[in-house]
Amino acid sequence: MSSVSQNFMKLFRGSSGTETIPAQGSQKLTRRSSGLGELSRLWESAEDLCVLDLGSTSPANIRHFTESGHRIYSEDLLTASTDPELLTKDEEGKIALDSRKFLADNLVYPAAHFDVVLCWNLPDYLNESLVKPVVGRLWSVLKPGGMLLAFFHTRDAGPDSPCHRFHIVGADTLEMQKIVLRREARRGPTGAVHTAISDGFQLQRVFNNRHIENLFHDFASIKFFLARDNIREVLVVR
Amino acid sequence: MSAPASGLAQIGKSVFIKGELSGSEDLYLDGQVEGSIALKGNSLTVGPNGQVKASVEAKGVVVQGKLEGNIQATDRVELRKSAIVTGDISTQRISIEEGAYLKGKVDIHKTDK
Repeated sequence: MSSVSQNFMKLFRGSSGTETIPAQGSQKLTRRSSGLGELSRLWESAEDLCVLDLGSTSPANIRHFTESGHRIYSEDLLTASTDPELLTKDEEGKIALDSRKFLADNLVYPAAHFDVVLCWNLPDYLNESLVKPVVGRLWSVLKPGGMLLAFFHTRDAGPDSPCHRFHIVGADTLEMQKIVLRREARRGPTGAVHTAISDGFQLQRVFNNRHIENLFHDFASIKFFLARDNIREVLVVR
Repeated sequence: MSAPASGLAQIGKSVFIKGELSGSEDLYLDGQVEGSIALKGNSLTVGPNGQVKASVEAKGVVVQGKLEGNIQATDRVELRKSAIVTGDISTQRISIEEGAYLKGKVDIHKTDK
């Protein structure tokens, strides 16, 4: 796993925007999701739910919710976290990300606004300095009783586990598509040309059950589903 | 990328407009606009070079470039694969191509009968 500085040396890109795209010709994998199955029962029985999807923009997910009469908000937090303007130094002088600036620009919603938050695998790939502040903000934008779905890799998944985007294709079925970063060559402020890179996000850490429980400490309840593909699904209720 | 149809009102990529833009014909916008755009009953296409920081009201909106602002379409919104949209979308129908980026809410309103 790479350090923050290594990641950002690789991610730094002058003034251009970051774009996440599915890998060219990448195979879409399907997986059954017990957490999604449980959430599906909620949105099939309720009307006018407010859903926040924190993965890469997914036409399938937007279609899924709008066709069911729910409202969906899309916000790609992982891509937003690669903004070089977030770079700062912590108290020890190490490179970190400015969580205050991040939360000033992202996840800006009224309190208790959402019934469901789809986190997907965000916590596993998000920079360490942002994970707790983001979960704190998610707690505040969820309604009491609102639910959040997140996926965590188990140690067996290995450090090179690719980052996927998730498309809802059935009540308990997801299609997974590998994400790569695409950046155009741009001339930076010093005149140097920052060329395109094509690798994806890297797994930042592996949470164990206790870490996950601590992360969602403020939530009312937490439910684990262990899947066959070394993914631990977590459904938490505010 | 779809090219603008001949005879369509166009704003070229070197043009920058700040203020209120309104009209009663379809518009292809490949330049920069800051302010508001109102094309009630007509369509707006933001070309691949288009950079819009404006609220948009139109019958149909097609985005290939960048659009920052809320979109209110009485008919449909299309986000092409190169689209980068930050803002809320309210429309009757929407299509989003793989690769398009959206940060905001999608609200589908029913047809008035």
